[in-house]
Amino acid sequence: MASVVFYFQVHQPYRLRRYSIFDSGTDYFDDQANAEICRKVASKCYLPANALMAELIAAHDGRFRVNYSVTGMAIEQFRQYCPEVLDSFVKLAETGCVEFIAETYYHTLAFLYRRDEFIDQIEKHRQAIAELFGQKPRAFRNTELTYNNDVAEVVEEMGFDIALTEGADHVLGWRSPNFIYRPPNCERLRLMLKNYRLSDDIAFRFGDRAWAEWPLTTEKFAGWVDQINGNGYVCNLFMDYETFGEHQWDDTGIFDFLRALPGEVMATGKNDFLTVSQAVDRYPVEAELDIPHMISWADTERDISAWLGNSMQANALYETYAIAEKVRNSGDEALLEDWRKLQTSDHFYYMCTKYFADGDVHKYFNPYQSPYDSYINYMNILDSIRGRLAK
Amino acid sequence: MKVFMLGWEFPPYISGGLGTACYGLTRGLDSVGVKVDFVLPVSLPQDFKSHVTFKTPSTRSNDTIRRGRDESVLRGVTMHVLPAFLQPYAGPEQFQQVVEMMKQMQPADDGQEGYLPVGDIIGGEAVGYGGDMMEQVRRYASLAVELSWAETFDVIHAHDWMTYPAGLAVAAHSGKPLVVHLHSTEFDRSGENVHQQVYDIERAGMHGADRVICVSYLTRGIALGRYGVDPEKVEVVYNAVDLPAGKTVATTPIARDEKIVLFLGRVTMQKGPEYFLQAARKVLEKYKKVRFVIAGSGDLISQAVSLAAELRIGKHVAFTGFLRGDDVGRIFRMADLYVMPSVSEPFGIAPLEAISHNVPVIISNQSGVSEVLTHVLKVDFWDTDDMANKIVAVLRHPPLQRVLRQQGQIELRKLSWKDSAKKCKKIYKELIRQRSRKTGKRRTGKTASK
Repeated sequence: MASVVFYFQVHQPYRLRRYSIFDSGTDYFDDQANAEICRKVASKCYLPANALMAELIAAHDGRFRVNYSVTGMAIEQFRQYCPEVLDSFVKLAETGCVEFIAETYYHTLAFLYRRDEFIDQIEKHRQAIAELFGQKPRAFRNTELTYNNDVAEVVEEMGFDIALTEGADHVLGWRSPNFIYRPPNCERLRLMLKNYRLSDDIAFRFGDRAWAEWPLTTEKFAGWVDQINGNGYVCNLFMDYETFGEHQWDDTGIFDFLRALPGEVMATGKNDFLTVSQAVDRYPVEAELDIPHMISWADTERDISAWLGNSMQANALYETYAIAEKVRNSGDEALLEDWRKLQTSDHFYYMCTKYFADGDVHKYFNPYQSPYDSYINYMNILDSIRGRLAK
Repeated sequence: MKVFMLGWEFPPYISGGLGTACYGLTRGLDSVGVKVDFVLPVSLPQDFKSHVTFKTPSTRSNDTIRRGRDESVLRGVTMHVLPAFLQPYAGPEQFQQVVEMMKQMQPADDGQEGYLPVGDIIGGEAVGYGGDMMEQVRRYASLAVELSWAETFDVIHAHDWMTYPAGLAVAAHSGKPLVVHLHSTEFDRSGENVHQQVYDIERAGMHGADRVICVSYLTRGIALGRYGVDPEKVEVVYNAVDLPAGKTVATTPIARDEKIVLFLGRVTMQKGPEYFLQAARKVLEKYKKVRFVIAGSGDLISQAVSLAAELRIGKHVAFTGFLRGDDVGRIFRMADLYVMPSVSEPFGIAPLEAISHNVPVIISNQSGVSEVLTHVLKVDFWDTDDMANKIVAVLRHPPLQRVLRQQGQIELRKLSWKDSAKKCKKIYKELIRQRSRKTGKRRTGKTASK
């Protein structure tokens, strides 16, 4: 039996408005752009994709199952700009076929800088999931699948049973991502690794006409899944939810692909779909997997250089967490909230100079003209935050 | 392959980017095996002090140029100096001075009546440009034709409007294809107050040429929109920069109490000095320990001095006047930031020079060079709030300076004159092939003109 474990990441950052050195005021966020983008992505992706998931769950009598992580930043913006998206997630939760995964509420890199902040943000996300979807998450994924042994230890301590990360070649070596692993120094925690080849076939290559496998049919893909039988149990397809309709447009046929896939995968009776909890409950641990250095699912490097690869990023992150103690103890709720929204990893991703001149994916998702503009804007806002602390 | 190249400045006698570009391109052509006959008007006297010099290879004395061959650097390049004076940025006094000097140099029979027919492009009254400018353009053209009879070449390449009449005339006499190169247009130099006669010459040159090379898409847009040139024959070849050989990675400037923000270029409308000063005033609201240096001279210099006083930032602004030779490198090495707030800049080589000196750069979006540089800060020239915001950011945040420097060095290495020359060579080849197909073996350029 090979089990497909779909996990979709749902996230929208609070994008910052242009904030110059001459600005004052504490309205840091670009409400207009955030509302526009949120509504646009909702109509192209979240709403049709959620409707399709509900349709598939009903059509397959609950045998089709998926997992989501919806960040606090996305939840808040849905509530603000398109509550119908939130409603449709609640409906999905009610089917019993959807598992919600916890992460840092603000989608941050807090683990690298402040352990207490990291834990507080996860607790806040756990609480949000409990309130909205009535679930107590068993699984944890860190921002952009950043992960190492230390993350595992901390989240096991917090009571999680499962952690998700990238099945990066440089940590797996000859081993397969299609098994369940155990981190060193952990007793209970299970590790689920992204099968990046099959995941990226859908997330990145699906609409690429230059790709040798184009067009990707459900028959072909179900065949690849079936090949896992004999050497693995799970097929972990982890990807941004925006893959459907936003990264891969509707006209690539991505929705039709998704609609036909469950039937195709389950047709032989040999393969099925599971939530992450069902997967670790069903399948045994294959081996221990030692990941001492930080990995992630970003870029070809699969490391943290997309957020911490140049001096500007290092400086901005350092300065942000340098005031952690003061902000956390300030008793100023609005200040704490603004500071936490500033921690969202996207702000640092925009400062990335890797590939900048080549105009790739980094540029596509960047609201700024250049990484330099993004750093300047961020540092001006951080100045304003520091100014509020001084008062 | 040999090019008959018509220019009006060449190091060490330069007043702006054109000479630097001609030098770089010629070197690049030399390195890809294209021979060049470079035709220059008489150069300015050595002690002529008024304009910015970006590059002055001290190895090249006046004499080597006069004698015509610089074997140390350029093997396939021959320099020809014609007794005509083309200096658009010279004042009337200098102009007269040089014309007098030339009169003494020339035999008496080189007068008006001896001129060769060069067409009727240069009509009307010569206004501005030192009165006699058009006469000198005509003279240069006529002498260039005469010179062309003695030379064999495959293609003609003319740089900027003052050499276009010469280019057209040589093309007509020799039957060889003509390339005109747009380093700047009358709209860049004069805004909307175009000098009609200059415009007419530019237009005639572009329409008469077989191919038009623009230094940026910005300039290409002007060629198409303002001069109605057939888009099919307009191409873009970017300028580049020569990195000093064997240069180690430059160090960051020595920590000083006071930061230096540099404006370097002609102080003219086109270069936007007033936006620099407006931004300076705003910077000083937030950051006091900074000096704004305006290096260069030009017709707006006294206005700039009074503006600095009006804005009450006089003690933070220094005017160095025109810098030449080593002083240019020295001021770059002292600078913490270089700003080019140009209102209209067809390309703009100076930012490349700044980066080669490891200086972070802010350029206006209204410059051709912004099409090739990504690791710089960009602003709209009129947005002095944004300009000030970015200046303060660079001064305050060392990590920003560091990344701009590191990435700038890497980016600069992608811009080479050899690549620009290769593009020109490709254009030459196409034109020569087309021409030989069209004319067959009917005639060669040389015999046709006799």
